[in-house]
Amino acid sequence: MGNIIDVQHLVKRYDGLTAVDGLSFTVAPGEFFGLLGPNGAGKTTTIRMLYGFTPITDGRLRVFGMDIAQDWRAIKARIGVCQQDNTLDPDLSVEQNLLVFAGYFGIPAAVARVRAAELLYFFALTHKKNAKVVELSGGMARRLILARALINQPDLLILDEPTTGLDPQSRHQVWEKLAALKEKGLTVLITTHYMEEAAQLCDRLVIVDHGKILVDGAPADLIRQHAGGSIIEIEGPDQALRDYLSGNEVACDDLGNKLIVYTTEDAALNTIIREKFCTARCTFRSSTLEDVFLRLTGRELRE
Amino acid sequence: MINSSTISWRFLKVWRRNLVTYQKIWKVNFITPLLEPLLYILAFGLGFSGLVEKVDYAGQSLTYTQFIAPALIATAVMWNAFFETTYASFVRMYYQKTFDGMLATPLSLEEIILAEVVWSATKAFGAAAIMMTVLGLLGFIDFPSGLLILPIAFLGGLAMGAIGMFFTGITPSIDMFNLPIFLFITPMFLFSGTFFPVSNLPTWAQPMALAFPLYHLVELIRRFSLGGSQTHPGICIVYLLLFAMVFLLLAMRTMHKRLIN
Repeated sequence: MGNIIDVQHLVKRYDGLTAVDGLSFTVAPGEFFGLLGPNGAGKTTTIRMLYGFTPITDGRLRVFGMDIAQDWRAIKARIGVCQQDNTLDPDLSVEQNLLVFAGYFGIPAAVARVRAAELLYFFALTHKKNAKVVELSGGMARRLILARALINQPDLLILDEPTTGLDPQSRHQVWEKLAALKEKGLTVLITTHYMEEAAQLCDRLVIVDHGKILVDGAPADLIRQHAGGSIIEIEGPDQALRDYLSGNEVACDDLGNKLIVYTTEDAALNTIIREKFCTARCTFRSSTLEDVFLRLTGRELRE
Repeated sequence: MINSSTISWRFLKVWRRNLVTYQKIWKVNFITPLLEPLLYILAFGLGFSGLVEKVDYAGQSLTYTQFIAPALIATAVMWNAFFETTYASFVRMYYQKTFDGMLATPLSLEEIILAEVVWSATKAFGAAAIMMTVLGLLGFIDFPSGLLILPIAFLGGLAMGAIGMFFTGITPSIDMFNLPIFLFITPMFLFSGTFFPVSNLPTWAQPMALAFPLYHLVELIRRFSLGGSQTHPGICIVYLLLFAMVFLLLAMRTMHKRLIN
């Protein structure tokens, strides 16, 4: 079986502005794929092109081996989309949201009722099935959007920031459900600002900035390649330390009042840094995907 | 952009969505078309009968209430359809993001727009049916010809709903609907032969009245209520059909421009 998503040199231009600038990536069946990047990097635009909402400017975009411009209806029938905005229907109850949405896919009413009951149970919403959408908490609304995205039993689930704005409890519950779906072999494409989320869930991810891919790989590999094995954060660094690091070509980020040192394979060098320079406030910790992200996309504010 | 592959019977699913929603509020919406004709008939019948003796229309001499009763159904069709595809559709499109959700399914934008317009015609049809019953019981409508008011109301609803949807496609914000209402709907409401025959207008103004879809709707409903009208019903039907088609296509185009980029 070929790739679920095959994107080659994808370009999207809005009059004058290039939002997506030659993206290429593939997603294999059963893969949990992450599309990461700062605000304005072109993530949502890419996703909208994937489910046929936004027409592409240039390049090639194939989903399930089909062309989105021609076979959009067949492709959309097999995709579940969890949009960034809350697009639940406030005029309908929780259960009706699922049933009416199933109608858009042409799913027979009897089948839709069975699936809706299963999905409400899976997302712990059965007790809310007759509630109005506006009565739901943020976490419940997000679970309902996820349930709705699964009503057509999609072969590909597209999630645009599925946990933004949720409290930690709700976020962990969503992660648990997503992990369970992954276990079942569902192919998922996710965008998120939570690196912990991406590191936990994604088999593979790309980091995108200014419409271009910066890196592509498994989270653990990316951390090893771009942020070393572990990190020493040294507050109030002095000139001696800076000189030592640059003299030995140790990778680090200088934030002025703080140095972030990416440790090397050279254990002796690490020991010297620790013993000689870590006199006051030093933090030793493992590298994370967030370190990779900040290192590649920079620390200055976007927007 | 708009071709046969983008429009299928799937649009009925969106129509059904509006029906499901409406079933929750129909009891309130039922009252307006029930009471509105009674109020108008009461006000004009009592208040105007002393001022206006008879209205000469299409060779008949009618009391003023007889003259305006069919027009009340026509204006209700206009208000119901136009408000549905302006304010109500705008809320669904802009505030509730209902269309965005639908566009993540195998629905096309063209099907959504078609469904909104057909739904607005359905609401207009419902209001017309209630008013026809009330006015029929009061003796203002001849039967069985009066039953033809129902398909005519649906056709008129399509025309009014289509132009409403077109305005939704181009209006920057929901407050701006005041503009088409003030510049288009209000003059149409007053000068379409609704409250006085178009022949009372100065000669230069008469062709303008004939361009209003409401004029043709009023003519048709009067024809089937009273047995006579000034313009041939065939012309009125063709005009309403063309008007609905043209503005449906324009609505699809402006909404496409607005939502898909």
